[in-house]
Amino acid sequence: MNNVEMKYSLQKGDFKLEVDTRIPATGITGVFGESGSGKTTLLRCIAGLEALTDEDSRPPHKRRIGYVFQDSELFPHLTVQKNLEYGWRRNPDARRPITEFASMLEVDQLLDRSVSDLSGGEAQRVCIARVLCQEPQLILMDEPLSALDARRRNNVLPYLDRLHSETSVPIIYVSHNIDEICRLSDHLILLDNGKVVAEGGLQETLARIDLPQFRGQNAGAVLEANQSRYDAEFDLSLFQFLGGELWVPGCQDMRTTRLRIDAGDISLSRTSVKSSTILNILPAVIDEMIAETASTQLVRLRLGTNFLVARITRRSLHELNLQVDDNVFAQIKSVTVRY
Amino acid sequence: MDIGPLWLSLQLAFVTTLVLIILGTPLAWWLSQSRSRWQSVIQAIVAMPIVLPPTVLGFYLLVVLGPAGVIGSWWVKLTGNTLTFSFAGLVIASCIYSLPFAVQPMQNAFESLSSSKLEAAWTLGASKLDAFFSVVVPLSLRGFVSATVLAFAHTLGEFGVVLMVGGNIPGESRVVSIAIYEHVETLNFAAAHQLSLVLILFAFFILFGMFLVNRRWQPR
Repeated sequence: MNNVEMKYSLQKGDFKLEVDTRIPATGITGVFGESGSGKTTLLRCIAGLEALTDEDSRPPHKRRIGYVFQDSELFPHLTVQKNLEYGWRRNPDARRPITEFASMLEVDQLLDRSVSDLSGGEAQRVCIARVLCQEPQLILMDEPLSALDARRRNNVLPYLDRLHSETSVPIIYVSHNIDEICRLSDHLILLDNGKVVAEGGLQETLARIDLPQFRGQNAGAVLEANQSRYDAEFDLSLFQFLGGELWVPGCQDMRTTRLRIDAGDISLSRTSVKSSTILNILPAVIDEMIAETASTQLVRLRLGTNFLVARITRRSLHELNLQVDDNVFAQIKSVTVRY
Repeated sequence: MDIGPLWLSLQLAFVTTLVLIILGTPLAWWLSQSRSRWQSVIQAIVAMPIVLPPTVLGFYLLVVLGPAGVIGSWWVKLTGNTLTFSFAGLVIASCIYSLPFAVQPMQNAFESLSSSKLEAAWTLGASKLDAFFSVVVPLSLRGFVSATVLAFAHTLGEFGVVLMVGGNIPGESRVVSIAIYEHVETLNFAAAHQLSLVLILFAFFILFGMFLVNRRWQPR
């Protein structure tokens, strides 16, 4: 099984979900879209929670699809341990001990606790562990971090990273938060008004400036990079990617990481300016341009096999007379690079 | 003390409550989940014993359960006995009379349960029946306690329906409320006092116990 088939059609009042696509059977597929675009409905269809007219008429309990809910939905009458056992007991094929997943999510210290004594972040971790214990063939995550405040969200995110690297179960991750999507997903599906408007690998899909969803605040690009050097004197790391290299503050311990650069943090020049506070000056080729607003232009840059997206004023565009296929230098302040 | 009617009342209340919990649970569940337009109709029918005078209820039950009635004649054929003026007839009458007191607390409990909890159970591999017993029932225990207590207490206190359907046959249909009525009619106030006091104390303690349990048990 290399792909997961997704073919759903559902009418719900005025809203119509019409999805016919397939996603890779490995890694995390992010489903991004505004609220009301049908993200949750799509997950519910996959889980069998919507009355459907599709060929798969199996009830949810026979599908072996794990569902991580927004509000964790732990069973308050059971302890953490019993919650973890709930799905595990009901799957005769679940062979791995629950302690394995409990320690992966670091909830092994909470096993005897009552669910009502858990913090929001702990509850969400237990919820994820509970789904892993049932050893599903596919995991659906419906905005698992959206009910948490920023601090708790940052506490849970590393566990999701871990999930990414330590399990082979494909995950569909729904979110309207571009940061989470950029950090976690490998593959991206963009939903709008019940339809898939774009899909593909995270990097190339995110760099599609023709999509209105990836303009404005969401405009930017993601690079997969490996650390090649660490400068202890200034606490800077040099990351290499296919098409260039970037200095990033800190990150001493990161071997490989995903770097994220917002469109607004890149400026363009015709020549390489040496005497500036900007550490990163990368040669690039203009790949595509699109007017974003009356005053701004989005420019997609090609660097080897990677893309960057830059936002410049239309006046600069005019003054530098930038054209597609021109060679330019992208200037990126190190401190704006996110990881 | 006149212990016979008291004992009969307890038996009647026990059997009625048992039947109501068993039959009322699926009914309450359906009422809590259904979006059918029949839902309101059924809900209204279930609630009717609250507002109808017991005599009206008793009168129709007498007609239906009597030897010439739809159910009564069938019962005579089946058992050889009449359903009216018998313990079995009383159980049927009590079940209808106390139905809303059992169904409504359960329905409220089911409705307050978030549907996502149930969906979580399904996606974790629980069938609908499994999820009902492993998630819905434990999370609705307060509703079940209220339903049990109210149905039991309400059956214990019924009078009008019993008088119409059951009459006043010792050991068969002479329940405590009928006995009290008869003691008053015959001016035997001492006996009436005794039985009434027992009922008052019972009503207080059973309700007190229910509220105490409900206060302690506050699963979210």
